[in-house]
Amino acid sequence: MSNAALTPHSSLLSTHSPAPLLTADRVTRLYGDRIGCVDVSFSLWPGEVLGVVGESGSGKSTLLRCLSGLDRPTSGSVAFADPAGLIPDIFALDEQRRRGLMRTAWGIVHQNPRDGLRMAVSAGGNIGERLMDRGDRHYGSIREAALEWLARVEIDPARIDDRPSQFSGGMQQRLQIARVLVSGPRLVYMDEPTGGLDVSVQARLLDLLRALVRDLGLAAVIVTHDLAVARLLTDRLMVMRNGRVVEEGLTDQVLDDPQHAYTQLLTASVLAA
Amino acid sequence: MQKTVTSPLPPRDEAYNFAYLDEATKRMVRRALLKAVAVPGYQVPFGSREMPLARGWGTGGIQVTAAVIGPDDTLKVIDQGADDTTNAVSIRRFFARVAGVATTEATADATIIQTRHRIPEAPLEAGQILVYQVPQPEPLRKLESSEAETRKMHAWGDYGPMYVRLYEDIARFGHVATTYSYPVLVNGRYVMSPSPIPKFDNPKMHMSAALQLFGAGREKRIYAIPPWTEVKSLDFEDHPFEVQKWDEPCALCDAADSYLDEVITDDLGGRMFVCSDTHYCEGRRDAGHRGRLLGTDAGRALTRNEE
Repeated sequence: MSNAALTPHSSLLSTHSPAPLLTADRVTRLYGDRIGCVDVSFSLWPGEVLGVVGESGSGKSTLLRCLSGLDRPTSGSVAFADPAGLIPDIFALDEQRRRGLMRTAWGIVHQNPRDGLRMAVSAGGNIGERLMDRGDRHYGSIREAALEWLARVEIDPARIDDRPSQFSGGMQQRLQIARVLVSGPRLVYMDEPTGGLDVSVQARLLDLLRALVRDLGLAAVIVTHDLAVARLLTDRLMVMRNGRVVEEGLTDQVLDDPQHAYTQLLTASVLAA
Repeated sequence: MQKTVTSPLPPRDEAYNFAYLDEATKRMVRRALLKAVAVPGYQVPFGSREMPLARGWGTGGIQVTAAVIGPDDTLKVIDQGADDTTNAVSIRRFFARVAGVATTEATADATIIQTRHRIPEAPLEAGQILVYQVPQPEPLRKLESSEAETRKMHAWGDYGPMYVRLYEDIARFGHVATTYSYPVLVNGRYVMSPSPIPKFDNPKMHMSAALQLFGAGREKRIYAIPPWTEVKSLDFEDHPFEVQKWDEPCALCDAADSYLDEVITDDLGGRMFVCSDTHYCEGRRDAGHRGRLLGTDAGRALTRNEE
């Protein structure tokens, strides 16, 4: 892993603002004697999409939980560039402030929509929750925002009062995305966003994600084991194995010219990426 | 004034300490009460005691009453607005026996009113204490089952999920369908459950001259609204809070401003609406107000020994 691979490509750099949005510094999470992830460091610039790939148990989800504030790292820090000023370590904040950021500054799209949605609450209520969290108290405007976001994630707005349990898996995933994006975060974490969906639904979801990320100028960290998803969505790629980053670089570069033996194995084992 | 037939109250039983609880326990409850009054709407944990009736039957209210009552107090107890239901009668007899205090059914004569499910119709005055029996003190419980989590939500004023509940009501029914235990914001700070009173009574809590104390025996929580405190029922700007309305006045006393219970009178669809506050209704009838069914069989069944 050369040092050059750690910084974004110069042509990409020109489109980024100079300060990174997110900086992970030697993030380590241990579960007793077991390793979650070890010494993961990287920076993410505004508008950039970073993919994290690796096999099951490689520490991808653990890393995502640490970055997104769900789980406190054993050591290391996560810095975030809030519009109000740089936060050197989100885990040094008190829990109230951190939760506030988790709702407004970034969002998390869970692998299983049941973890990210209130299943007993209608689609409109799910999308409106973040608005109500931040103090919106006008039913009409909350509903309007919900209708708008349903349309943006390609769910029939007539289904605003249906519950997620009445939705298909793909619709639930899109609803989760709407629920996260409604409050206008600058960064989105996605854990296997296409997991458990059939191929045609995956394709539609990927199209949607690509359009949203581009239109909203979102930065994203996408955890996936699917190299095709990584190829389609991400600018940069980190390959993880046994809790460590084994290779990092521009997505095409990593996928087309893998340097690390494990990455070579990973790319070679894909049927048609 | 009242024509009520009540079984005679037992005399004070000197075998019990005044108001049943021992003095140390009363002090503990009073400390919790002081804290509750100092932080309006905040749920203060307290060491709820075993009482000689089942938890869920008003043990929290009884412990609060026992902690604040003195020999000169006059106690009124209502259950669903009525003075003559089993629970109300039993609790009144209990305090007559263990504290020897005077009891009354007249709202204005009472210094302490212990209540379940209602606030009396007659406006309360300064110096009066309203003690609520509370089954579930946590307004967020249905939304969040973890106590650790609800405490954080209160501490941080994190009340978004409560509005999700109201949103769901409006989306499904066109209005907020919650009719009792309607959540309120106390003193602009804590969201509080008003206990299962109908939302009709919520406005009475706002800027009340009386001290309002809430005791939850099973859940071991005490909270309070001091006199002259702002109490706002949660709502949306474009869906303001509203109370229940009825198409007809009370069938016994013709009151159009009170909370009415629906009473089924036969198996042919006959029904009547009567005041739930029995003392208020009797007072109006004494003053000459006559409802549609007063004097009929149905009316007589509900007016005890009048006429």
